[in-house]
Amino acid sequence: MNAAKKRTPGLGWTIVLSVVSALYMYPIIMVLLNSFKVESAISTASTFQLPTAETFAGLSNYVNAIASKGFLQSLGYSLFITLSSVALILLCCSMCAWYITRVHNLLSRLMYLMCVFSMVVPFQMVMFTLSQTADQLKLNTPWNICIIYLGFGAGLAVFMFSGFMKSIPLEIEEAALIDGCSPIQTYFHVVFPILKPTMISVGILETMWVWNDYLLPTLVLNIKKYKTIPMLIQYFRGSFGRVEMGPMMACIILTVLPIIVVYLLGQKHIIKGVVAGAVKG
Amino acid sequence: MEKALKKYFPVFVLPTLAAFIIGFVVPFGEGFYLSFCKFITVKNATWVGFSNYVKAFHDASFGHAFWFTVAFAVVSTILINVLAFMIALVLTREIKGTNIFRTVFFMPNLIGGIVLGYIWQILINSLLSKLAQPLLALNTTAGYWGLIVLMCWQQIGYMMIIYIAGLQNVPPELLEAAEIDGATSRQSLWKIKVPMVMPSITICLFLTITNSFKLFDQNLSLTGGEPAHASEMLALNIYNTFYGRSGAQWRGIGQAKAVIFFVLVVAIGLIQLRSTREKEVQQ
Repeated sequence: MNAAKKRTPGLGWTIVLSVVSALYMYPIIMVLLNSFKVESAISTASTFQLPTAETFAGLSNYVNAIASKGFLQSLGYSLFITLSSVALILLCCSMCAWYITRVHNLLSRLMYLMCVFSMVVPFQMVMFTLSQTADQLKLNTPWNICIIYLGFGAGLAVFMFSGFMKSIPLEIEEAALIDGCSPIQTYFHVVFPILKPTMISVGILETMWVWNDYLLPTLVLNIKKYKTIPMLIQYFRGSFGRVEMGPMMACIILTVLPIIVVYLLGQKHIIKGVVAGAVKG
Repeated sequence: MEKALKKYFPVFVLPTLAAFIIGFVVPFGEGFYLSFCKFITVKNATWVGFSNYVKAFHDASFGHAFWFTVAFAVVSTILINVLAFMIALVLTREIKGTNIFRTVFFMPNLIGGIVLGYIWQILINSLLSKLAQPLLALNTTAGYWGLIVLMCWQQIGYMMIIYIAGLQNVPPELLEAAEIDGATSRQSLWKIKVPMVMPSITICLFLTITNSFKLFDQNLSLTGGEPAHASEMLALNIYNTFYGRSGAQWRGIGQAKAVIFFVLVVAIGLIQLRSTREKEVQQ
């Protein structure tokens, strides 16, 4: 009897939450449905109508987005920038964090404090001077913007790595050194493997940041030559004259879909990584 | 150990340090210096003292953006945390489909601000036209509430996950003991669960307040500050001062605004962190 009593409110909640979840997904589903409509059938008045036989456009919006709006180039730039930046951040910042947690001197302490400090500084504070510095040093192409990302993303990464590093017992590393490993060998053979879970967390956080970042690449890169995906979507409104809603919705779907697929595949890691960042930050 | 490692400074620290100096230290220092200058580029700056700050404080659009941001931050912080906490409470009971709900609620968090802004712009404009109201570009009230709904949609899932982690750490013995002593479920919520998850509440409040204050992408894409800068928040106001206005004086004023903004964000974060930390339960 008791069990039956408990199950009923549970079912009620399941129904309520199912409705809320459906509403939660609705904005994306709405864009998905509209991305299959012909241009003339997309207006603020008809957004909520399902595509019909006359207004159904098939994949033409997607073909348009890929063929003439440069979606593939943007995808390529976004992928390259994200992969190179995150790889660089993971390697350099974990090495740096190891050094500053193991070597106790003024420089280490200063570096750690600066990293924590840099995490709270809003981007607007440095946006102008950063873009000027990047221009001067010619770090303004997709091929080397990762150095800027390493610099601006170092704060969070070094902070998270050193937080974890403090919990690794020193004896393991000392044993490796006594066995004749150089610090570089010790790092790659001993420390690096232990860091793997933290690498995943930091990697996910930095990936989300770089992939979705709009303002930094807009200010640093030459927008006429290189557009990352967020820049491309913002560019739709500004520069194609009348906003072409069909290809824009197709672009949005093409942007959101891979994120959802990756999220569904690596859900556990992603949620864990994001929360680890929050709890430590 | 320390001695052996010390010699390897160039390998381990130098790459990060160099990039950090290029990407943060130099721009930050220059930015601070330039807030006291009149300039077009970094090279041709002339010292003007505090006049940029005086002008920034007299700029009506900056004051408006400040109050708009405060109104936005207060309402969105309350809504996000209350709703996220409620959902977390429900999801920590044994309900069918918990994992699916968690997945769905967390998902918008991964989508970038620009994309989110456009998705909601389409949706809200369609709703407004159904209701025969002016569209977002002419409608400050709708812009304000649109930003709040968008922010809730994006952040609730994230905060919910942190609250769930907090609630799962409440020792079940405590709740059982309270139940045996005759505590109602409301009492065990307010006297046990809420005090025990105070660390999570600290983190979530901190994150939502600073996120709200720093909001840029969503503001740019959803309303773009329309109509006539009425829905402009601080970050977008600074951006527009830099890049949206002609005249040599505006960059200096924009940089001064950015310094004020930076001090504001740090101050709010510190005050908030201290005041909630005091309420935390010793464990």
